[in-house]
Amino acid sequence: MTLSRITLTTPLVIALMTASASALADTPQYGANPDLPEPQRGLLPSMTVPEPADWGDRKPIVPEGYSITEIASDLKIPRQTLVLPNGDILVAEGSGGNAPKLKPKDFVAGIIKAKGKSSFKGGDRLTLLRPNGDGSYEQSVFAENLNAPYGLALTDNGLYVANQDALVRFDYEEGQTTADGPPEVVTPLPSEINHHWTKALTASPDGRYLYVGIGSNSNITERGMEAEVDRAEIWEIDAETGAHRAYATGVRNPTALTFQPGTDTLWAVANERDELGPDLVPDYLTSIQDGGFYGWPYSYWGQHVDPRVKPENPDKVESAIAPDYSLASHRAPLGIAFSTPQVGGEYSDGVFVGQHGSWNRADPVGYNVVFIPFQNGRPAGDPKEFVSGFLSDEGRARGRPVGVTVAPDGSVIVADDLTNAVWRVTRDDAGSTAPAATSSDSTTAPGTAPATPDDNALTPENDAATPDDSTATPGTEPATPEATPEDEAVMPEAPSDTPADPSSEDREDPATTAT
Amino acid sequence: MLLSWRRKPATLSLNAHDNNVPPWHQFSFNDFRGSAVNAAVEYTHRRGLNPLHGVVLAGTFVLFLGAALSDYAYMASYEIQWATFASWLIASALVCNGLAFVCALFGLFTAGNRRRGLIQMLLLLVSFLLGFVNALIHAMDAWAMMPTGLILSIIVTILALVAAWIGFTATVTRKAQ
Repeated sequence: MTLSRITLTTPLVIALMTASASALADTPQYGANPDLPEPQRGLLPSMTVPEPADWGDRKPIVPEGYSITEIASDLKIPRQTLVLPNGDILVAEGSGGNAPKLKPKDFVAGIIKAKGKSSFKGGDRLTLLRPNGDGSYEQSVFAENLNAPYGLALTDNGLYVANQDALVRFDYEEGQTTADGPPEVVTPLPSEINHHWTKALTASPDGRYLYVGIGSNSNITERGMEAEVDRAEIWEIDAETGAHRAYATGVRNPTALTFQPGTDTLWAVANERDELGPDLVPDYLTSIQDGGFYGWPYSYWGQHVDPRVKPENPDKVESAIAPDYSLASHRAPLGIAFSTPQVGGEYSDGVFVGQHGSWNRADPVGYNVVFIPFQNGRPAGDPKEFVSGFLSDEGRARGRPVGVTVAPDGSVIVADDLTNAVWRVTRDDAGSTAPAATSSDSTTAPGTAPATPDDNALTPENDAATPDDSTATPGTEPATPEATPEDEAVMPEAPSDTPADPSSEDREDPATTAT
Repeated sequence: MLLSWRRKPATLSLNAHDNNVPPWHQFSFNDFRGSAVNAAVEYTHRRGLNPLHGVVLAGTFVLFLGAALSDYAYMASYEIQWATFASWLIASALVCNGLAFVCALFGLFTAGNRRRGLIQMLLLLVSFLLGFVNALIHAMDAWAMMPTGLILSIIVTILALVAAWIGFTATVTRKAQ
């Protein structure tokens, strides 16, 4: 039997590493005030890169009452998805970065990390998935010859794609299946070295501005501060002129951006620094303050100084903002999507986060899509696993989630860059808003009556929200339809009949019972 | 045999082979004695190193020294390029150090002074192990390698210098009859 993991731990290293695992293994590091242990690093960084494994006849695991289907396969490193107004889904495929190997270490680490990745070459293209009406999707190429496209956004002005080196724009008419031609460059993006090459993208609700996440050019300044000009920032780009300003700085690797529905608040997930131990530094989900500095490289989680950065900068450390919500360390969140009432049940109000999974840790973590419940527009409670089963019991990786999108019909779209597929999670008792897609879905979860638990979960949540939400209305369910007029530019939001939808699902859907 | 050097005897030798020299020495790769041995005169024979051994032994010291100086430059300037230089200098030094160790090991079977050969070999072993640890320390990002990296670089430089000193000054002194 071959080893299922590559674990870089020799007896020498074990002897030299300080005792680490036990202290925080049991304490989930979630929420606004995570436990932060002392930084530590053995002589070798702990590395466990799960080797890829086939799904066989398995599928990712979703909660009871939900089903998951593979709606696209044989893609070339799918990263982010965008649901278009007519129900088509765009998938950005690519793999970027041209960071030169600087130290002997980079050669060794490159070989090890490559074992956990797909061997496919990135497609540098956009694939369009068009629903056939029976839950399956037709796959066609929308645009080619892009440069590691990652972030996607649609506004009234067109379709924006964040390549690894430029923000570009396509004209888009509803129903279009191929791009009219090569895109026009809105503005170049920092791309020298591109240690963290992914350029996350979202558009403001009015479509005037585009927001691009630009990751740092190193783990922790080991390529020199000269390489970090215009890095670890979120840019606000004027859609008309292409002019930009740094909207937020010090965000090490903002890998996914989105606006909270009904508000002007930008949210991001970010990957924090490595090689400070298995429980440092927590990756996070946070609202982004205009002009905010989030610590990188000088400090993490507010004022925790990173001793590896010289010269120090106490003034910057002083000004650093602690993020809103810890997703715990090394999860590698790469996707973010606000839920809608159409998703249903306990998943109606909150954020889905696609977690690519860890390497800098003895026990792999992440490798799932989690749901962070919200109350009054703020995170409230621990993450719940929404899609799992990407890691096998033997510690091999069957898939690695990246981008997450919630479609207007309440289905959750998950890109998987190891399986090279796109998954679609649907509610078995989804209402009439869904494009009749549930019929062919085979359920992974055991078939129990789905409607009842959803009801129970939903009703108390609504009640609980009412007494103390005098200050913050946006996140509660009734607020969503109110907000709809503002954000038609980004993505069509819930139709107005939605609030009643999830709670009135007592009827048995014939499509579901058939499966 | 560029690095093989010896003090010339005062007079020409009378016989091609000195009977006092053990046979393995007469044919030693290290011991390039030629025919110039004077039976009548007391002489000091400073044995030269195998040139490959000499090159890698000197290289070990020089490269570790370069790493130590680069580390110092990083510490003084925070300029990350120096740390990168140090990483590669250490990697190169380890190659030389490993080869020098192998040469010293083989030298044990040929050397006139085994005690010195053994000390040289052990020094090279210690400098290799510490140098390897130093390479791992230097693989840490940015300032995480400090100050351990600089301290280790200085230690292995000193070890390599002593090993080279011993290696290059190995002498065989004897009195001829």
